[in-house]
Amino acid sequence: MIAWLMMASWSPYIVGAGIGVLTWLTFLLSDRPLGCSTAYAKTAGMVESAISRKNTEAMPYYRKVPPAIDWQWMIIIGILIGAFLSASLSGSFTVLVVPPVFAAVFGTDPGVRLLTALLGGILMGMGARWAGGCTSGHGISGTLQLSLASWVAAGCFFIGGILVAGLMYGFAFL
Amino acid sequence: MAFEQLRSDKRTQVVLGLLFGIVFGFLLQKGGVTAYGVIIGQLLLTDHTVIKVMLSAVLVGMIGVYTMKAFGLVRLHYQEGSVGATVIGGLIFGAGFAILGYCPGTAAGAVGAGALDALVGMVGIALGAGAFAHLYPRLERGILRSGAFPAGTIPELLGVRPGIVVVVVALLITGFLYLLEVLGF
Repeated sequence: MIAWLMMASWSPYIVGAGIGVLTWLTFLLSDRPLGCSTAYAKTAGMVESAISRKNTEAMPYYRKVPPAIDWQWMIIIGILIGAFLSASLSGSFTVLVVPPVFAAVFGTDPGVRLLTALLGGILMGMGARWAGGCTSGHGISGTLQLSLASWVAAGCFFIGGILVAGLMYGFAFL
Repeated sequence: MAFEQLRSDKRTQVVLGLLFGIVFGFLLQKGGVTAYGVIIGQLLLTDHTVIKVMLSAVLVGMIGVYTMKAFGLVRLHYQEGSVGATVIGGLIFGAGFAILGYCPGTAAGAVGAGALDALVGMVGIALGAGAFAHLYPRLERGILRSGAFPAGTIPELLGVRPGIVVVVVALLITGFLYLLEVLGF
């Protein structure tokens, strides 16, 4: 058991099946689909609320998605801890700023990578809320419920992602 | 329902959220999908780890959730979509997915595994989500409603029983994953 937890990686099918079982539990015990992007909107709302509580509470979006530390917000904190445990147990925890794949094409300047990450994050945060979910909320939890919107969203995530990744790195499959 | 009390107990739910998150993060890191190179590899179609993880999660999740639903144990929670919300939002997300190289969940996992660029990415995601919250009243009156989808779920769209769609989708996913392995992806 311990040896298994200390392995650097597991089969993607085992990991996927594990996430599938996890979704059973979130539906059964919490009456919720597993999702990640709502927590970011809540975080933005909490920061805005700290600056001006009145203005933030009056915003229609935050009445729909109340900015508070709750189940959804804790999911993100949990992911951080869980990934840290997994990486630490296998000895693969490594502090890095510029991922090697990025550095090979765009160089090792941390500023370039961090600016790219910030811009990509802004687009992603906006797109996730625009579409009503992310790779977990739509891509896994919505598709497994056979939601039409989620299958379309997941397709669009990959169409957009494949196009832009191809523009950045060249279309490897051509 | 015996679960109602548990589900409405806010304090327990916060703890459950943390526990579910820890398991999710552990699995994501073990699956390798918290690594920038693996996600970009998927978008370049040179590494299919992400799709293998996602489709096996959907396969197992779908069968379990629909079985529990048949026994009246769970409710579904899905949204109605539209071209303006789902397609446009999905494409914006996709562009961000490629530029950041993590998604909202895996970014948190990447930070846990030591990737500091993902932490800046998380700040960006919160900024983007906050910007959307400000644009929401205007978007909600217009683009988000345009081109509403004709149905909420695929079984409704096709007018067939959910059980049949579950079986067909399960076979399609299994067949697709088998094909990926046979073709050596």
